[in-house]
Amino acid sequence: MIYYEFKSYLRNVFGSWGTKMPIDSPPAVSVWRAPQLSLRFWPVFLRNLLVWRKLAIPSLVGNIAEPLMWLVAFGYGMGALVGPMRLGGGEEVPYILFLASGSICMSAMQSASFEALYSAFSRMHVQKTWDGIMNAPVALDDIVLAEMLWAAFKSLFTVTAILVVMLVLGISHSPKLLLAWPILLGVGITFSCIALIFNALANGYDFFTYYFTLFLTPMTFLSGVFFPLEQLPVLVRMVADWLPLSNAVALVRPLFLDQWPTQWLQPALVLLAYALVSFWVALALTRKRFRK
Amino acid sequence: MAAPLFDVRALVKRFGASTVVDELSFSIAPGECLGVIGPNGAGKTTTIRMCLGLTAPDSGTISAFGLSMPRDDRAIKAQLGVVAQMDTLDPDFTCAENLLVYGRYFGLKDADIRARTPQLLEFASLTSKANAKPGELSGGMKRRLSLARALVNDPKLLLLDEPTTGLDPQARHLMWERLQALLQQGKSILLTTHFMDEAERLCSRLLVLDHGKCIAQGAPRDLIEQHLEREVVEVYGQGALALADAPVRALASRVEVSGETVFFYTNESAAVLQALGAYPDLRTLHRPANLEDLFLKLTGRQIRDDS
Repeated sequence: MIYYEFKSYLRNVFGSWGTKMPIDSPPAVSVWRAPQLSLRFWPVFLRNLLVWRKLAIPSLVGNIAEPLMWLVAFGYGMGALVGPMRLGGGEEVPYILFLASGSICMSAMQSASFEALYSAFSRMHVQKTWDGIMNAPVALDDIVLAEMLWAAFKSLFTVTAILVVMLVLGISHSPKLLLAWPILLGVGITFSCIALIFNALANGYDFFTYYFTLFLTPMTFLSGVFFPLEQLPVLVRMVADWLPLSNAVALVRPLFLDQWPTQWLQPALVLLAYALVSFWVALALTRKRFRK
Repeated sequence: MAAPLFDVRALVKRFGASTVVDELSFSIAPGECLGVIGPNGAGKTTTIRMCLGLTAPDSGTISAFGLSMPRDDRAIKAQLGVVAQMDTLDPDFTCAENLLVYGRYFGLKDADIRARTPQLLEFASLTSKANAKPGELSGGMKRRLSLARALVNDPKLLLLDEPTTGLDPQARHLMWERLQALLQQGKSILLTTHFMDEAERLCSRLLVLDHGKCIAQGAPRDLIEQHLEREVVEVYGQGALALADAPVRALASRVEVSGETVFFYTNESAAVLQALGAYPDLRTLHRPANLEDLFLKLTGRQIRDDS
């Protein structure tokens, strides 16, 4: 009752202006509105899982063969030339262990990025899978969430396979690797969120080559994967310290050495901030792409 | 009249300066097949996208099953079946898996979808293709799989955007037969099409859309009677165009020229045909006026490239 009285009061005050705006008229919604996530993302995740199950073994070989070749060739070959690495704390570690702890982060990054770019773009733009899904009661936000988690899951799968090989090769037997595993999932999540921004902006696969060669590859060299950050000039280092990959390496490398990270809060927060901000931006840009 | 299943009021959509859908209103009654016809760029697909909550209208209301868009979009879409203009089938899945995966998007249980799958595949005449992937199917089979997929949630209303474009006559006829079977089961259909024979055959009511506006609506036969003469005599061949200004013109109620052909629209064809007897070298085609004539009269004969 009160509602109707209030409505008639408004009508008296505003006259016909109130009646021209039907109550159901949709407001102009911003693409930057908060993410509206629901459990409807799960069937979309399952869809990707079902496709992947058919191709898992061949794709696994491709996913882990390259990082392992790098590790073996550089780790043993270069390792023999450069000798043990002296870390910030003064202790010395074999180069292969130094490299392994950095390159596992690089693999998590590459695997998540590849899936959230090439594969997600195929589903979104080429196959129009997303359009089909949105005709069912699943919203775009759910699809973007599913793609993000899917890319992170695939990267975790790759990382797990590489970790197993590293254990077999005896590169590290640190029990703290158990903790590295969920952290690497977080690294996968962060990089799939970032990649989805570029997925939303892409107009073809060529665009992703720029992302890999202009963004990911230079970042790899600035993040302490192949050589310690201390080698970099101070100015470059100031940038490097805030890169997502260098923060991932800062968290994961000590665990490979059976040590606790001296600083864990800051790198964890940096990764979290990258993930949250990137997901929001990716979602907004994807909404904009689909607003036609 | 029963309460409409789907109701659209004063829908408006603008893209920049151009108004793509302009004050469009229509409703669909239970069991009805409403056809939306119009040239490329008339606003058909945009209207369907707005009905699905995928494009936000600038004004107007859309309500369905007692719910309203976009507030209840999930609840509305749970009761809709959609066949889009472009197939969005999953190329990596078999026909049966396509149905399973799509059913999950509606929150259906795997067991329930699997129980319905044989029936859906049979309806689409794809029983023998249950384990084939879309890449192995013909165009008609793919469209029928899309239709089966749209039926996975047992929808009350189907939204079909050009469901037979690009199909050969056999495949089109099979699709029409299936759609008629669905109408007999009591389902409602909203159909966009470029084929006037399709519209005439399937639709109980038509909406002619041009530049986003509804320019005519009604039952196909009624529309033809309202807007057209009963018969058409088409004349073509050497010198046919000169007839457009010859005395025979006065015998027809309306004359149109398109390319090398002259169209005489008339309610009394006998006089026109007799007069044309004087030109034995010209070829004539005498036929009842149809929906295509209506469509061309209302929307013009010029090509629309702004699709």
